[in-house]
Amino acid sequence: MSQDGIGAAVKRKEDRRFLTGAGHYTDDLSRPGQAFLHVVRSPFAHARVKAIRADAARRAPGVLAVLTGADLAREKIGNIPTGWLIHSKDGTPMVEPPHPALVTDRVRHVGDQVAVVVAATRDQAREAAVLVEVDYEELPAVASVAQAVAPGAPLVWGQAPGNTCYDWTLGDEAATDAAFAKAKTVVSLDVVNNRLIPNAIEPRAALGEYDRATGDYTLHTTSQNPHLTRLLLAAFSFGVPEHKLRVVAPDVGGGFGSKIFHYAEELLVLWAARTVGRPVRWTAQRSESFMSDAHGRDHVSHGELALDADGRFLGLRVRTVANLGAYLSTFAPAVPTYLYGTLFAGCYRTPAIHVSVRTVFTNTVPVDAYRGAGRPEAVFLLERLVDTAARATGIDRVELRRRNFVQPDQFPYQTPVALQYDSGDYGATLAAALDKAGWAGFEARRAEARTRGKLRGIGLSTYVEACGLAPSALAGALGARAGLYESAGVRVDPTGSVTVFTGTHSHGQGHETTFAQIVAEKLGLPLDRVEVVHGDTARTSFGMGTYGSRSLAVGGSALVTALQKVIDKGKKIAAHLLEAGEGDVVFEGGRYVVAGTDRAKTFAEVAFAAYVPHKYPAGLEPGLEETAFYDPKNFTYPAGCHVCEVEIDPETGTTRVVALTAVDDVGVVINPMIVEGQVHGGLAQGVGQALLEGALYDDAGQLLSGSFLGYTMPRASDLPAWQVATRITPCTHNPLGSKGVGEVGAIGSPPAVINAVVDALAHLGVRHVDMPATPERVWRAIRGAAAKG
Amino acid sequence: MPTISLKLNGAPVTVEVEGRTLLVELLRDRLGLTGTHVGCDTSQCGACVVHLDGRSVKSCTLFAVECDGREVRTIEGLARDGELHPVQQAFHEAHALQCGFCTPGMVMSAVDLLARHPGAGEAEIRSWLEGNLCRCTGYENIVRAVKAAGRRTP
Repeated sequence: MSQDGIGAAVKRKEDRRFLTGAGHYTDDLSRPGQAFLHVVRSPFAHARVKAIRADAARRAPGVLAVLTGADLAREKIGNIPTGWLIHSKDGTPMVEPPHPALVTDRVRHVGDQVAVVVAATRDQAREAAVLVEVDYEELPAVASVAQAVAPGAPLVWGQAPGNTCYDWTLGDEAATDAAFAKAKTVVSLDVVNNRLIPNAIEPRAALGEYDRATGDYTLHTTSQNPHLTRLLLAAFSFGVPEHKLRVVAPDVGGGFGSKIFHYAEELLVLWAARTVGRPVRWTAQRSESFMSDAHGRDHVSHGELALDADGRFLGLRVRTVANLGAYLSTFAPAVPTYLYGTLFAGCYRTPAIHVSVRTVFTNTVPVDAYRGAGRPEAVFLLERLVDTAARATGIDRVELRRRNFVQPDQFPYQTPVALQYDSGDYGATLAAALDKAGWAGFEARRAEARTRGKLRGIGLSTYVEACGLAPSALAGALGARAGLYESAGVRVDPTGSVTVFTGTHSHGQGHETTFAQIVAEKLGLPLDRVEVVHGDTARTSFGMGTYGSRSLAVGGSALVTALQKVIDKGKKIAAHLLEAGEGDVVFEGGRYVVAGTDRAKTFAEVAFAAYVPHKYPAGLEPGLEETAFYDPKNFTYPAGCHVCEVEIDPETGTTRVVALTAVDDVGVVINPMIVEGQVHGGLAQGVGQALLEGALYDDAGQLLSGSFLGYTMPRASDLPAWQVATRITPCTHNPLGSKGVGEVGAIGSPPAVINAVVDALAHLGVRHVDMPATPERVWRAIRGAAAKG
Repeated sequence: MPTISLKLNGAPVTVEVEGRTLLVELLRDRLGLTGTHVGCDTSQCGACVVHLDGRSVKSCTLFAVECDGREVRTIEGLARDGELHPVQQAFHEAHALQCGFCTPGMVMSAVDLLARHPGAGEAEIRSWLEGNLCRCTGYENIVRAVKAAGRRTP
């Protein structure tokens, strides 16, 4: 093994360019003759567009074009498709309304795209946009789940009665009813999973170019998966072969899901570039990000857990209404279904589970995957229910969890909600987390806090999530319209240096380092002999991008497979050079060795022979370059335990997270430094969801939290120093044994935080606090309990 | 249009600007110094922090004309002769950056903090960095890096 190989905390190769301001983010790119695009957006949540008058705007200085939905339709440019088809429980397909890049007759959320102005400068485009007159006839709107499902609610789409997109179920309803019928204890809980705004610090941006000579389009965009964007633009929008369209996602400043999806502006800059004959740039202002980036979460749920006299879980029932917003974003239909309902077994042997999910359209920004995507919503409800059950039965909350855990000898474990867990040791992560968090000594800390007038609480969550999306055949059966494999190319140069072409995309995850570590491990090369290329459809043959903690588990597996092909071919060459039988040659430490001898050829010597094949095996192709496509056999199942300790000021309701401990089983770790960083970031977003963040609409569908002034992003001073560790059980079905780490922090932590808040307030009679547990909410919970008490 | 002269990363620059041009627009759009980033439109995120006469400022909140006759340093001007500044080096060693977008502002802000308070502790660092948003790191490693750089700064 190389010292820079698997398991080494190697410093990142990509850091230097970011630290010196030399990165190339999309908005950093500049082209001769470039023009700028500004999007005219709806100020109303729901309105009929009666007329658009753009003459004054067209006459404004520098304006090259003003384009509307009518122009799009006239040029027969297609709509934006969604990537999953979900069927309702009665077998009918979901309602799938059209999603044009520019509306024609009606706007359906604040921020909906009405027209674009293209001008020579950014300021000219912005100023001319003010001159575009739109006659709106305002219509009644629905912004929340409650409004959408109310009898007689205004309809977002005429073809969706009751605003329902689909009504989906998973699990055995009859078995679950039977389990509840024989239960000793049934607990129930109503929870809201608050709507979040992803807010990657880099706003979305796009640069479109069109070459009149060749008819080639080039798009630079802030994307987590440029190949998917190319596929959708080529096949659905422009109807051109994919080789006429190159999509590049250069350095991308964070995504968290929000940059997975194909957005209207990506289409609009290309179309505008073709129309005006100049490169066209667009960059979102942050206020635009708030009203045009897909939001996350937004569930209203009722859960019930049935237990026997010993506290064993018998059955679980979940009823959820999920808000999808005004249009179906790329992954939206999958998030509250197959990324949510399938997670309700958690770490537990609950034998009967029934999940029912109705999704609704509202006059809000589309909702789609945001870090965790469905899994945080499931884990939050489940882990709040388990704590509620512990309180109701008087069984200690740690003991109750232990008593119901799937045991290490029960893997592979088939859950009643479709998934089959391959490995895990939930007791081990729990024990390690309790130990690290000082769980046993907590009551002394609670008592000490009381002397300072503070209410201190401790809470935990134990979770399983499913990532490494996903076996293609299974995903297809579940409604995915694409495969979910990953590709990797390995090109060995004549001097033995290596270029990796991956279909995943790094926007903070550090693939340029970790993927190079895998190469270093397998080929015995130093890291500086390896270059990792990602984010360019012209360089990587195909790929599905980075989301759902899939890059290492799926993309890394593809890389290992391609490397093995390289090693195998090299062995044929080495055997020939060494005049040995292929079966006698082994590859170890970067050398091909005739087993039991000191006769060897280095990897570089073999690579050279592959390109200068003067002495070469008969019939073998020259060159040393291999590609592999890896389709995962199963999801991967990271799991863990998070423990949170909070202090609440009862006078103000202010909650401080004083400690947060996370022990996660993410499978085999390639780079522990990067794994730790990924967990840190997820924890910050989890604490943000639990205590700080929430997208707020008023009843008319106006976005109240439309900037960083109105939406509380976690800041350094809001967060504690994290305590994180890993306890590993390898994934059994991929060649690395890795499970994935990108989302665990955001999945495990919100229920740990709220369980701690409720623990701090339980003696007052408080049983639940909705997220975000703002000072106002906590203060009201304390006062409400006092009034009842 | 007014003409302004400033010292930018140690070199004199004279340039015509519109009165409304922001410092960050001058740096990014006119002078090609794209290391300074724009992450918001309400002066909240701190991705655009640069130094004006040695003190950290949000370059989205200053007009370029306000910098006439003054000295501006950006992230591009921090490393010397190819050697990373101690704060840059500490960020690298502590894995204090992921996507890198907030990093230039974060580094410039931290350099100013350490110039004022070389031995800044955890609470002081977290409080100082309230003006810089990071969505990737959970801040922990940034705090570690600033602490480490503080110990190293002479």
